[in-house]
Formats: sequence, structure tokens, C-alpha cells
Amino acid sequence: MGEAGRPTAKPPARPTTLPGPAQHNAHGKKSKVVTITSGKGGVGKTTTTANLGVALARLGKKVVLIDADIGLRNLDVVMGLENRIVYDLVDIIEGRCKLRQALIKHKAFPDLYLIPAAQTRDKTAVTPADMVQLTDQLREEFDFILIDCPAGIERGFRNAIAPADMVLIVTNPEVSAVRDADRIIGLIEAENKGPGQLILNRVKADMVRRGEMLSPDDVVDILAIKIIGIVPEDENVIPASNSGVPVSLNENSRAGAAFRNIARRLNGEEVPITPLDGGGNILQRFVRFLVGSDSQ
Amino acid sequence: MSGFLDRLLGRGKGSGATAKQRLQFILVHDRINLSPERMEEMKREILAVISKYVNVDDDHVDIALQQGNQRGSVLVAEVPFTKAVEGIERDDPEILSSLDETVPKRDAASGASRPEADEQRDD
Repeated sequence: MGEAGRPTAKPPARPTTLPGPAQHNAHGKKSKVVTITSGKGGVGKTTTTANLGVALARLGKKVVLIDADIGLRNLDVVMGLENRIVYDLVDIIEGRCKLRQALIKHKAFPDLYLIPAAQTRDKTAVTPADMVQLTDQLREEFDFILIDCPAGIERGFRNAIAPADMVLIVTNPEVSAVRDADRIIGLIEAENKGPGQLILNRVKADMVRRGEMLSPDDVVDILAIKIIGIVPEDENVIPASNSGVPVSLNENSRAGAAFRNIARRLNGEEVPITPLDGGGNILQRFVRFLVGSDSQ
Repeated sequence: MSGFLDRLLGRGKGSGATAKQRLQFILVHDRINLSPERMEEMKREILAVISKYVNVDDDHVDIALQQGNQRGSVLVAEVPFTKAVEGIERDDPEILSSLDETVPKRDAASGASRPEADEQRDD
């Protein structure tokens, strides 16, 4: 855009390498802190965090998930680890336990760990500096540190993005969720954590086809941000949460496959983003096949 | 024919297009973080400057925000005018001093776009 009319005040110089400074851990590999955020609640942050964690562990990565939603602990339930909690994030930060004591190891994946949120405290018990210090310790040992950010734009959000090398923004193709995602994207840029990448969750292909839902292209147009994955609406997701077994372990789930692909992209693989399954009835699919217009 | 084909394919113009339009309008205003009062003030001052040089047709002025490149915003102004203002020297001290009092603050104006965002995406 034209810069001629702007005042001479220049924006502060920004680092040109993105994402942020990844450090080498004990295995000599670069560890990455990835924060999963959204602005609006209920769009699938916790589900996304759990699934990316499991999928990265399946790729052989050493992964720790941090539930930063203090007072509204949930990641433990979605992961099926709620009965194993002794210490939590605030216990580590306030020195009541050693870091190692608060790491809950997943039964099926010995290289997947969880640090649960405190349930009886609030977000002011943790500062952004605490989070940076904690993740610096975790970087020594883990390939990926995933942080499940609370909804909102207050202290909890600032805590969660402070140590991030990369921020993922989860949204749904709905006006309220997209608007909040835009606000979050602006705040991430203001904190020099940008530009962030988008996960579009709960897309209904048949509604997009009928023009009754924002398409992935629409959302990318509106938010002007890179997309790292499209997750279709899938009835397997709720049963997976019900039983505490993330849906990315279900080989037949389309949402599970989408989360596994996002994990591979996070891991540096080039995985093309597949177009939506066209949806619609069998006649519509057949006619689209004939006309050759079945790509998005 | 194309309408028939669209129906056969299960495509149509629905509320999705409305959602996109509405969001683009909302977000361009959300992003600049400028109150409606400040926005009006800015428009008035822009017009005051232009009126210094030409006779503006006030009834047909249109100054509005649009989505720009990437996440930036563009201020688009349509300012019809008739002819140059007569009888005023360009450096008339009275007019200049009256304008000085209303010159917008710089930090307010710099929020109108997100140059950082544009720069980042150029790579």
C-alpha cells in the first residue's frame, strides 16, 4: 500500500528471521515452542493441542504439552490423564515441586508429557517471565513444547505467547470466531510474535459448497495470514474427547488425518493442504466429477 | 444455464458471501483502533486542508476505509471540487496558524495501517 501519506515515524526494527530463536536441546536438535490460541473460546484450542501433541509423539518427537488455562483446567481430561495429576504449573513456578515431578507421562507414548494447569488459582499466579523461564528449561529436553492458551486477550494470553517461537491461531468459519481471530493476530504482531499461522477448524464441506459457510479461501482472504491446516467437522471428535483418546489416533477420522498432517507440517515436512471433500449428495458429486470442478 | 448448473452442483450464493462482506467491513475498522469521533475529526481536518486550496463540494465528499494489501488499511477519499480558492496567498499566516491547532497527532495517524505486517509478508 502507499506509504506516502504516513508520518515519518518508523515502526521499530523487527527481527527478520521467523519464527523466533529456536534453541538446540540435549539431543542437538532445535526445540520449538508452539502456542495454540484463538481469542474466542470453544473453537477447538484444547482439542487441537491434544491432537497435535499425540500426532507429533507418533512421529517420534519428544513432546510436552502445557495447559496455560489456569483455573479452567481441561487438557488433562481431553488427553485422558486427569487421574494422574499430583502437581501443576503453579506448583512448579512457586517452587513446591521439581519440574520433573509435575511432568505427567502419557501411558501410550513414553515421549509425550503434560504439565496441567492449576485448578484452584487464577492467571495472575503466573507471569510471562515465569513462562519463558519454564520453557527454557523444557527446551533442554523436548523437541516440541505446545502451550494451550486460555481464551481472551488478558494475562493468560500474554503468559502463553511470551515464550512462543510460533503461534497457531485456531478459528471456525463463523463471523464471531473470525473476528476474534483477527484481533488476536493483531496482538501477536504487536508482541513481535507474528505473523502466526491459521488452523481452520470444524469446516463443513457441504455447507461451504452451498455457499452457506465461509470457505477456507474466504477466511484466508479476510485474515490475510498463512494457513497451516483445515480440519473438517467430524463426529468422531466428541467421542474421542469423551473417552480421553485424541481423535488423531483414529485412523478412520478425517479430522484425525487433518491433525496428523498439521503435525507433519510443524515438523518441517511439505504436506500439501488437501482440498475439502466436496460433500453433497451422490448425484451432485457425480455431476461435479463429470464437470471436473471438484477442487476448491 | 449456469444457474441450473450451479443448482445441480449444489453451489449457490448464500449467507457465506454476506459473512465475508460484513467481516471485511468490521475488521477494517477493528484494525485501525480509531474511535468514530477521532475518525470524524480526521475527516474534518483533511477537508479543511483541501478547502484551503480548492472549493470543495461538501455534499458529495466520500472518505472511507477499505481493506488494503494484506492486513493494512487504505483511506479512500473522493473529494469533488469546483475551482481553486481565490484571493488567498499560499502562505497566508492566518490560515496556517489556524490549521496548526488542529493538526492530528502523529501516533494517532500511524495506527491507521500496520506497516510491520506488510513488511513481514514481503519476504
